[in-house]
Amino acid sequence: MKPAPFAYRRPDTLQQALADLAGEPDAKVLAGGQSLVPLLSMRLAAPALLVDINGLPGLAEIVVTDAGVRVGALARHADVLSSSEARRVQPLLAMALQHVAHATIRNRGTTVGSIVHADAAAEMPVVLTLLGGSVDVESTAGPRTIPAEELFLGPLESSLRPDEIALSAYFPALPEGAGVAFDEIARRHGDYALCGVAALVRLEGDRVVEARAGYVSVNELPTVLDLTADLAGVVDEASLAASAETAVAQLEPDGDIHATPEYRAQLVRVLTSRVLRAAYEDACERNAR
Amino acid sequence: MTTKLMGTAVQRVEDQRFLRGEGRYVDDIAVDGRTLHAAVLRSPHAHARIIDIDVDEVLDLDGVHAVWTYDDLTGPMAEPLPLLIPHPALTHGRTQYALARDEVNYVGEAIAFVVADDRYVAEDAVGLIKVSYEFLKPVVGIDNARAAQHLVHEDVPGNIGARLEQNVGDAPTAIAAAPHRLELDLTVERSACMPMEGRGTVARWDADINRLQVWTSTQTSTGVRAAVAVKLGLDLGQVDVITPDVGGGFGVKIVHPWPEELLVPLAARALGRTVKFTEDRREHFISSAHERGQVHHVEVGFDDDGRLCGLDVEFWHDHGAYSPYGLIVPIITSTQLLGPYKPNNYRVVFESLYTNTVMVTPYRGAGRPQGCYTMERTMDAIAAYLGKDRAEVRAVNFIQPDEFPFDQGLIFQDGRELEYDSGDYPASLEKIKALVGWDEFPAYQAEMAAVGRKVGIGLACYVEGTGVGPYEGAHVHIETSGKVKVATGLTTQGQGHATVFAQLVADELGCRFEDIEVVTGDTRRMPYAVGTFASRAAVMSGSAIHLAAKRAKEKVLRIAADALEADESDLEIIAGVVSVKGSPGSSIDLGTVAVLSNPLRYAFDEASQAATQFSVGDPGKAPVPEDEEPGLEGKDFYSPERATFASGMHAVIVETDPLTAEITILKYAVVHDCGHLINPMIVEGQIHGGVAQGIGGALYERMAYDESGQLLNASFMDFLMPYVTEVPDGIDIDHLETPSPLNPLGIKGAGEAGVIPSAAVFASAIEDAEGFPITAMPISPSELFALRQQRAEEKS
Repeated sequence: MKPAPFAYRRPDTLQQALADLAGEPDAKVLAGGQSLVPLLSMRLAAPALLVDINGLPGLAEIVVTDAGVRVGALARHADVLSSSEARRVQPLLAMALQHVAHATIRNRGTTVGSIVHADAAAEMPVVLTLLGGSVDVESTAGPRTIPAEELFLGPLESSLRPDEIALSAYFPALPEGAGVAFDEIARRHGDYALCGVAALVRLEGDRVVEARAGYVSVNELPTVLDLTADLAGVVDEASLAASAETAVAQLEPDGDIHATPEYRAQLVRVLTSRVLRAAYEDACERNAR
Repeated sequence: MTTKLMGTAVQRVEDQRFLRGEGRYVDDIAVDGRTLHAAVLRSPHAHARIIDIDVDEVLDLDGVHAVWTYDDLTGPMAEPLPLLIPHPALTHGRTQYALARDEVNYVGEAIAFVVADDRYVAEDAVGLIKVSYEFLKPVVGIDNARAAQHLVHEDVPGNIGARLEQNVGDAPTAIAAAPHRLELDLTVERSACMPMEGRGTVARWDADINRLQVWTSTQTSTGVRAAVAVKLGLDLGQVDVITPDVGGGFGVKIVHPWPEELLVPLAARALGRTVKFTEDRREHFISSAHERGQVHHVEVGFDDDGRLCGLDVEFWHDHGAYSPYGLIVPIITSTQLLGPYKPNNYRVVFESLYTNTVMVTPYRGAGRPQGCYTMERTMDAIAAYLGKDRAEVRAVNFIQPDEFPFDQGLIFQDGRELEYDSGDYPASLEKIKALVGWDEFPAYQAEMAAVGRKVGIGLACYVEGTGVGPYEGAHVHIETSGKVKVATGLTTQGQGHATVFAQLVADELGCRFEDIEVVTGDTRRMPYAVGTFASRAAVMSGSAIHLAAKRAKEKVLRIAADALEADESDLEIIAGVVSVKGSPGSSIDLGTVAVLSNPLRYAFDEASQAATQFSVGDPGKAPVPEDEEPGLEGKDFYSPERATFASGMHAVIVETDPLTAEITILKYAVVHDCGHLINPMIVEGQIHGGVAQGIGGALYERMAYDESGQLLNASFMDFLMPYVTEVPDGIDIDHLETPSPLNPLGIKGAGEAGVIPSAAVFASAIEDAEGFPITAMPISPSELFALRQQRAEEKS
């Protein structure tokens, strides 16, 4: 479990980092290293060059405005989790982040890194997709913004080009009248979820005008479903159960060594109704304030 | 008055060091830049013939010193590895070569051994070796092994390595005549020891004195020493094997020699350099050992009270690709299955089957968890059939306290009769029922059911043969400083031996606890020893140390009596000072006694002047009297007639989620009887660790082999050892102390007990919560959900 040979650079300017990446097509960006370093050690990844961005200035910031939360590429999960401002503007961040692995991993791992690693078993890609967020990237060719729905292409595959660095992820604020919730079921505390659900429910008056749920570990991509139709009438056991059945029918969950497809479908069913209900209650509570 | 340390929760002397990161493991030895590092090319295929191995590119790589394949091995090294425990029933025992000769039989089998400047380069080099294979059909799983459509070893028909049957009375006839009969099929899957520290070996050849020093992470340094000497053609006296701190063993490190334990010394001698091999976690998964995989078929006959008339058990043991540790695991299952019960008539037969998977050798519990699971599932099935209380059915089958010693009429793993020395099972049952709230549970279950919650209670009883022979020895040496150096040959992998052994010496010798230093597993200090397994360290080495301390004390008293001009029987030793009872002024400390024990010609310090030839001794007598030796030492060995039998009972209350089938532990209770306790805190620690490991085996862990023999979960990401978050915050423990008559301290082993009843007790509790039989363990929420679906389909 020792990595294959690689070159290592730790530039101290973004320009240098981008030039390093541009100069070596087989390069990888190292931020928190919580996914990359094990892959290197198991020789499942063997890039020619690692560009360590931990020396770049200004990337650890979490900028919170009323419009949303912008998380810099070097902000650790733990930093985002403990930001009360971020929690105020977009409470789903903290709700999901507390399920991200263990404290030691959250202390090193970065939220942006987790997103661009594009693992459908990770929480934050789903959160970004559900909220309609985006990632700002840059290369020597210039900057661009990739909306979440265009970011994830396949298992561990994002639409970032090899010469691009993700500089930040942007999570829009909780919309007026909305509530959110997150829950997941894992084999052990802190494991990748067997199934996780993030949900956002928006009310106008007493009426649900938007109900969407995002799914962790269910399919090969972070998947978000619009379940508004099921909850547009009343929100009760029956309508929540209906939304759960809609989700099961649309998702066709995968099986693996920890869960059969049928069991994962059951978790989709249970968590969809449980998390939608929680998001609905969250919305009601916020609207009552 | 002195306080006896035996029975006292003395703080572990090891912990300061361990908790501060000051433990010193094999990988901490030889950390200088000159040490060379080894890596192993392992088979990526479960079953294949090796056509060709091309190492040309490897030798061109900068930093590579040497590479070995089978063709480079000569003499004993080219022979198969030893079959450690032969047995007449093991008609087709097979062991691997240190490096595969012409066939590989599991993913992970060693093929080539590379030594390089560091492990990085060594792994690069491994990647450059080209092997061409001819693929053979892999045999994976017990069903395929039994079907024998394909063979693991061409010359082992039916994949059957061994078949062993034992009979007490006539079980088939008794069952046929019994008022009631049941049949059960019960499965247990594979898991593994998974010590925090994997295997590791460092070797240094000193060409100036023709000696080899080996540090290895083992449960038997004397075993490794003998194997290395034989395989490398060295005299035993040329080889030292030292175990530094060992980060857990749990059985896997009693197997020896591992290929690397021979190849590292071989390379060190060939290259004249210190060589190190440190196993990584993936290697541990695919090239160390697994255990537990067995399928059992039970036929049982019983009367209206649930009393056994006859028990007939047939089981199939998945031995993996090789059988170096003989039949120990299935023999233990077949004998210890009986637990605290009298079967009246018993027939047991097993087949040990080869498969193209990692070999199977003992893992903490060593076949007992499967046996306990089989017996206890049977007890639950009888209770369910008769509509009786599960505890009651157990109670009518117990061996009673006045029936000891009780001979089960079988031959145990050590080749001796399975004769229980002592125990009190009815008392244990009363304690566990009280501890878990057995009688109150039905009301609680009904209360929970009323609010839609499913809870269940389980009970499992076991008996564990501990402290098997042949022997252990100990050496107690009192230095002139008054410090007491204790050595025993068996090894330590975290149990707290330095604490409990010192407790025993302090009690017997009367020295101060803090003046005692215990060394284990160093062949330079104690070349005769067996090893640490079968919950035997306290019983075997503990007894030997007690006896050795007694001998040392006898000598102390002889010398002190002479020096103090008193009668030996008037002397007492307290806190390292020998004094005449009632006259504290007349005393001599142990260090001075040590000085006097060794008549000197040369003084090397002030204390030793007292022992020189013009200071002491009667000029008319020999300085060292006849029948005496210089020095203040005691040495003794302990070799019992047979094992001593500890016992215990576990109970658990679980809740199963009606929707997600998640299994939550609400309460875990243990009643444990290991005879007299040396250190109750350490015994409880052993139980806690065992229960945690058992929870892993019952609810989380499995070896997920696919049909081609690839292990799909060979990492801690997918092999689910429980975290502390999966283990209950509190485990309720109660002790019973039924002393063993077989050793001077009345003790029994405690190392494995915590893990033995886990599969049984969880199956029992989940079955109680769900209302349908649980016949395969471990069980995951996904599997429980599938059982519910199956049940619902059957009903509709």
